[in-house]
Amino acid sequence: MRNVIIINERDNVGVALESIPLGGAVILPSGEAFPAQDEIPYSHKVALCDIPKGAVVRKYGEVIGAATSEVRRGGWIHTHNLDVEHAGEQA
Amino acid sequence: MKTTTFQGFKRPDGSAGIRNHVVVIPTVACANGVAGMIARAVPGVVPLLHGHGCGRALEIEMHTRTLIGLGNNPNVAAVLVVGLGCETVKAEAVLAGIAPGGKPVEHLVIQEEGGSRKAAARGIEIVQRMLEEVNRLRPEACPLEGLTLGLECGGSDAFSGVTANPAVGLVSDWLIDQGGTAILTETTEMIGTSHILERRATTEEVASRVRTIIQAAEKRTHDILGPLASFVIAPGNMDGGMSSIREKALGCICKAGSRPITEVIDYGQRPAHKGLVIMDGPGYDIESLAGLGAAGAQLMIFTTGRGNPTGFPLAPVIKVASTSALYERMEDDMDINAGAVLEGQGLEAVSAEIIALALEVLEGRRTKAELNNQDGILCLYALTPAF
Repeated sequence: MRNVIIINERDNVGVALESIPLGGAVILPSGEAFPAQDEIPYSHKVALCDIPKGAVVRKYGEVIGAATSEVRRGGWIHTHNLDVEHAGEQA
Repeated sequence: MKTTTFQGFKRPDGSAGIRNHVVVIPTVACANGVAGMIARAVPGVVPLLHGHGCGRALEIEMHTRTLIGLGNNPNVAAVLVVGLGCETVKAEAVLAGIAPGGKPVEHLVIQEEGGSRKAAARGIEIVQRMLEEVNRLRPEACPLEGLTLGLECGGSDAFSGVTANPAVGLVSDWLIDQGGTAILTETTEMIGTSHILERRATTEEVASRVRTIIQAAEKRTHDILGPLASFVIAPGNMDGGMSSIREKALGCICKAGSRPITEVIDYGQRPAHKGLVIMDGPGYDIESLAGLGAAGAQLMIFTTGRGNPTGFPLAPVIKVASTSALYERMEDDMDINAGAVLEGQGLEAVSAEIIALALEVLEGRRTKAELNNQDGILCLYALTPAF
């Protein structure tokens, strides 16, 4: 059973439907699964693919910020590694 | 699901009410006592008690417009305006703004009537007469294009923008496709999404107004909070995984679906266009509902994640819970469970459920907030302090 919801097909983050422990399975609606690289709290964002430092993070199909360090697939994304001020609005 | 009419109460100005209220509007908080006495004496009469009407010189225009707009709301069949006499929002001005619509409207001024008891006695006589008249009105088939839906979210959680708001967005699209109107407000909750909303504006002028109101809301936020402005979201939102105000805003604007934005209106102003309209207004839910009511919304849909139970005195409010946990915890207050989306149900199925309920509510079914008498007092928006 999936434990992540993906809001828009352009998104590179999903939203956790339960808290997922470090190393626990992140299960996408497609059934694809990979291990969590951090503890992902309930309702927080998890990277769906590797996101290089400086690359944009998309949710709702829109840019919500840029990664301040490399985030691997299954990594937790929040204020500690997301620059919400300087991401290009049109990107 | 094709429905083009509902049974509503036709008003002389051509609008259609889904409720048939006689209301008492105090022009100032000092008249609340008399308005309350009148309403308590005559069951079925709705008093629109509020805390303003004087002492805020810079808000006279907005507050007068809002009280007039509430009187002109299609759900209102008849109005008694109660003034004190020395306040800045004048009973005569409110009366003059409602009278052209043609519905029964009268006023009285406490200082001229010789005090509270005399004023209340005269008011009771007036509203009893109004009630007899409006109770004779019978619903008739009215086109859905005459419906204005107010969109609101409050006590949001991390899933409001994933389940409830996108489902309501589909309802908004449906109503607009039927020729109706939906109003998105809470300008502070649009900060960071101006470029997205501007793309949806029907004209450059509308796009420019979208930009202007969001910039103004952002500037106010920056002026007050400085470098913390981009994090001006409730701590609960950040705990819930929202990393910025823009991310929260993206979830908020989902309520407005995907249709073009035809107009931007001021707080409490009646739109001139149908379709999707943006009303400039605060993120505070209760002030926001008052503005939507004054803009003419006959029905509100209010999404919530933490569990906001409030309704509105003039209009039914449909509560949409963002998670099953909330729905089960506060079932007495929640009309719809959008949390089913997290358990695999499609957004379309949830929106169809909301539309089916809304069509019943249009014809008299009472929402949970109505059943709970969650009408509270009116909170009017104010940008400037009292002096």
